[in-house]
Amino acid sequence: MAADAWIIGASMTKFGRYPDKDSIDLASEAALDALRDAGATIHDIQILAAGSLMEASNMLGQRLQKQIGQTGIPVYNVANACATGATAVRTGIMAIKAGEADMALAVGVEQMGKMGLLGSAGQARSAPKGFEPSGRYGSVMPVEGILGTQLMPGVFAQAGMDYASRHDGVGFEQFAKVAEKNHAHSSLNPLAQYRKVFSLDEVMEAAMVAYPNTLLMCCPTGDGAASVVLCSDAKLKTLDPDVRRRAVKISASVLTSDPYVESDTAQPDVSTLTKRAAATAYEEAGVSPQDLNLVELHDCFATAELIHYENLQLCEPGGAGDFIDRRGPWRDGDIPVNVSGGLISKGHPIGATGVANLYEVATHLRGEAGDRQIEGARVGLTHVIGLGSACAVHVLERAAS
Amino acid sequence: MSEAIGRRIPVVDYLVIEGEPHLVAQACTSCGALFFDRRNACARCGKLEFEPKDLATEGTLRSFTIVHRAAPNVPVPYVSSVVELDGGGVVKGNIVDAGSDAEKFELGMRVRLTTFPCGRDEEGTEAIAFGFTPA
Repeated sequence: MAADAWIIGASMTKFGRYPDKDSIDLASEAALDALRDAGATIHDIQILAAGSLMEASNMLGQRLQKQIGQTGIPVYNVANACATGATAVRTGIMAIKAGEADMALAVGVEQMGKMGLLGSAGQARSAPKGFEPSGRYGSVMPVEGILGTQLMPGVFAQAGMDYASRHDGVGFEQFAKVAEKNHAHSSLNPLAQYRKVFSLDEVMEAAMVAYPNTLLMCCPTGDGAASVVLCSDAKLKTLDPDVRRRAVKISASVLTSDPYVESDTAQPDVSTLTKRAAATAYEEAGVSPQDLNLVELHDCFATAELIHYENLQLCEPGGAGDFIDRRGPWRDGDIPVNVSGGLISKGHPIGATGVANLYEVATHLRGEAGDRQIEGARVGLTHVIGLGSACAVHVLERAAS
Repeated sequence: MSEAIGRRIPVVDYLVIEGEPHLVAQACTSCGALFFDRRNACARCGKLEFEPKDLATEGTLRSFTIVHRAAPNVPVPYVSSVVELDGGGVVKGNIVDAGSDAEKFELGMRVRLTTFPCGRDEEGTEAIAFGFTPA
């Protein structure tokens, strides 16, 4: 196994709406602050990985360099659905582990505005001139709403209901409790897009989007950026004691795609690749789920978070409903999950998400999370899923003091 | 507009509407994996040969959601489901003629394939979709 990589700088913008800024403004703000946090400058950086789902095909990283320093280093523009940010970070980690760089900068950004529902929303249903089968399914028209749903709230609702069909004690109320928790957690996070507490009744009585996901159980669209500065073991030894003291070890970095399963013909399976990524990460890091002091996982919808309790081994097999019922994932529970407020309330600017959850865990491990600090946190895990699918899991540990 | 009486076309090519309507999958001749779309090679074993396989018209409800928000041109609510067909094949489709009350749908319940018209082109050809009804 190659030497470890470390996070020595981390930053994120507050998630929200920035109609007067562009992606480069947001990415610059996060990157410059991460460099400042690391006590480094752009001249120390030997590779830049820039993640944005909508801007990766548009030389985002090089446009960012025009604002923060054009030093001629290799730039990778990365897209991997909602795992985009984590994939950018992992690109930096791989360069360090390969010995190509001893310091790397990774940035994730997205500017979504109020773009509404993601997925295949369907096009106009006016009568076409003549039906002509096209595409790999030989379809004669857009089929959203005709052959089920491909919209994200419904796809993840079906993923949750599939779990409910196989396990007792999981229903609308358990899914709603996930959102109740994450909204409550977000009230302590000044960087969250929303910070309002809602009762379980309010969550369940909110407008239905795709049963069982109500509006308060769905992540919002939004804008934001996050960035980390990474370095090698050898490089860390040469840095200031203050930087070393605050350094966070990346004990595992794992990326998976979905292996074949029979139900792929209906919709992507978000569980199998997460289970594999988690198992590999625990082995790589030499930690067990019980060692975790906090977890930031991909709660794009409340139904998704619940099934990931089991996928990430945070609860017994089949026990996800019981885990939320006994408040296991609350910030004062067995394993605090999404103390940032999660995607549901902190927000989900797609490319930023997988970097922002590393920022969150690293900030707790450094003991710098303010009001929302999980006291004495030593080990944390981050997880993101890009539907289609890509899953990234990272395990972080506080530097031995 | 001249009405071309009786002209019908399946909304997707894996739906067969002649005779008793049913779905047809492309089955890998090597490992038996089933696919509904055109494939270049088998996602499970990597082999190259496929043959059509008629699928059962009954199965069990594995999951569902009731969609209340969609694009403005898509009528809501609709009940989307994932159905496991008897003898193989997992497919997404609407549950039709059963309302949209969550209490009505029990995970694991038996369902049967049905068809319904879902649009008409300017030449009068009717597109036919499939869905499921409680069996």
